[in-house]
Amino acid sequence: MALIDEGYLEFSELQEKQKLPDAERFQRGPVAVLECIQQIPCNPCEAFCPFGAITVGSPITNLPVLDAKKCKGCGTCVAKCPGMAIFVVDKSYSGTKGSVSFPYEYYPLPQAGDEVAALNRKGKAVGTGKVLKVTNPASFDHTPVVTVETDLSLTDEVRNIKKGVLK
Amino acid sequence: MILEKDVVVIGAGPAGLAASIEAAKAGAGVLLVDLNLKAGGQLFKQIHKFFGSRAHYSGTRGYDIGRKLVREAESLKVDVWLQSTAVGVFPGNKVGIERILDGGVKKLYTVHGKAVIIATGASENAVCFKGWTRPGVMGAGAAQTMVNVNHVRPGKKIVMLGSGNVGLIVSYQLMQAGCDVLALVEAAPKIGGYAVHAAKISRAGVPIITSHTIVEALGDEKGTVRGAVIAKVDSHFQPISGTERTIECDTIAIAAGLRPVVDLTRLMNCASVFEPVFGGFIPLHNTDMETSVKGIYVAGDSTGVEEASVAMEEGRIAGTAAAQSLGYLSAAEAGKTKKLLWERVNSLRSGPFGERRLTAEKNLLEHFREEIREPQPEIMIGGLAHGAD
Ligand SMILES: Cc1cc2nc3c(=O)[nH]c(=O)nc-3n(C[C@H](O)[C@H](O)[C@H](O)COP(=O)(O)OP(=O)(O)OC[C@H]3O[C@@H](n4cnc5c(N)ncnc54)[C@H](O)[C@@H]3O)c2cc1C
Ligand code: SF4
Ligand code: SF4
Repeated sequence: MALIDEGYLEFSELQEKQKLPDAERFQRGPVAVLECIQQIPCNPCEAFCPFGAITVGSPITNLPVLDAKKCKGCGTCVAKCPGMAIFVVDKSYSGTKGSVSFPYEYYPLPQAGDEVAALNRKGKAVGTGKVLKVTNPASFDHTPVVTVETDLSLTDEVRNIKKGVLK
Repeated sequence: MILEKDVVVIGAGPAGLAASIEAAKAGAGVLLVDLNLKAGGQLFKQIHKFFGSRAHYSGTRGYDIGRKLVREAESLKVDVWLQSTAVGVFPGNKVGIERILDGGVKKLYTVHGKAVIIATGASENAVCFKGWTRPGVMGAGAAQTMVNVNHVRPGKKIVMLGSGNVGLIVSYQLMQAGCDVLALVEAAPKIGGYAVHAAKISRAGVPIITSHTIVEALGDEKGTVRGAVIAKVDSHFQPISGTERTIECDTIAIAAGLRPVVDLTRLMNCASVFEPVFGGFIPLHNTDMETSVKGIYVAGDSTGVEEASVAMEEGRIAGTAAAQSLGYLSAAEAGKTKKLLWERVNSLRSGPFGERRLTAEKNLLEHFREEIREPQPEIMIGGLAHGAD
């Protein structure tokens, strides 16, 4: 398993361990992707989702399960997950571009409009992205959520950005 | 002069704070001592959001959990002595405390606690390799204290040894502080800590090099670290010669696990066992968290290295049991609370990461029941401590 051997998830591994939203749900708008595949004692995703879309239940080491129908893609869980393992992916708004929202706790924060290098789960640059927004309300408790636009085909791969602006 | 207190709690980490809160809530007079300048133990250097459930303040940053607990203890009129080191616990539950007063004057106190709760936490393990005493080689916990408490970077280019949660989290926090973490080296073939923590540093581009160890810290002309020589290890964790390579760096941080701080329970001759799952020698205890010596309780990492969430629950159990033993809670009231708390501890110990600890804890409790039963102070301080090994 790449994750515990090397420290990153392969997408195929994720598909095996987590039930991801189906293609039809992705078409309907932004939705959470839970990249949490180990039974660890944790449940803030369940506790903080305002729409009750995530269930961990008892025991607390259960894997979280997303009810993609209930999920509104609001991003609250992205900031609340202590494992920084939740992403919101939007594949719905254009035939060629999509966006990925992820937690980002480094300074300096990127700004909307920045052109950046888009990194995959291994930290490798796989393309370029444009920062659409940086959401950082007090309720996120210092975990800003960055939304970056990339090629639609990269939305299952891009999970971070490289510090600094490209141009 | 000997001061009198219902309960003396040693160590103001999450375990000691939770124990103090629970005992004070029941009406006991509590003295909480800690050798640090601030109460909170490990929590004050932990700037990340914690795992656990709502009941364990999950999703909240460590230092915020610390602040909440300190505020609650203060509102319950717990007497908190900081810069106060428990230098010994003596028969009859007398605690010797060296307290630094305003102006730096040190004063020794003896406090008699009807119950004493020991929650002294854990200390870092060292790893010896050639050059390990060079300036620039340090514990991961020390590096974490430097960046998060003192706001000083230990160096610019870091190599981390050990992929448990401490190694993973401290690597991330060093990057947040602006250091470059060049590699995380792990001797085991697999990552030790939670995958989500590993994923966090992987997607920032830090390579996690498993089945490798550090064999030497290279020094510059002044002797400080200028590089780490790493090598592949065989299945017995022995470096394979010819596989060495050098990573240029100025700091090597070691996250090779923690071991319980048990000096005080040892001094009291509390029956103890060696349990690798919990990090080394630990005092045995019953379901009240009471040791083989009556009136001496333990909680938190000092009775097995785990997590703040478990430390808090154990503290609450010890605090409740101590209050019960002093008559502040009826057996029925205390029993109900303790049952609930044990259920929460057990649920934290479920899953593949917790199972080993759940089994180990069961065996330890069993061991206590079989070998120690109802502890009697006179036998405890002599023979049984050995008999129980
Ligand atoms: C990098 C890192 C990340 C972690 N992340 C998490 C996490 O995400 N979630 C989680 O649940 N846990 C986490 N933990 C674990 C958690 O911090 C510990 O399990 C917890 O702090 C243990 O609590 P404690 O009260 O037993 O000990 P400590 O917090 O270590 O407190 C012990 C206190 O006792 C004092 N003391 C010791 N000896 C004496 C003496 N003789 N006299 C007076 N005072 C004394 C010390 O000064 C200290 O303040 C993490 C630990 C580390 C190192
Ligand atoms: S994105 Fe919003 S609605 Fe969807 S699971 Fe997360 S918190 Fe719930
Ligand atoms: S909050 Fe994050 S790490 Fe915790 S269970 Fe939910 S998805 Fe997993």
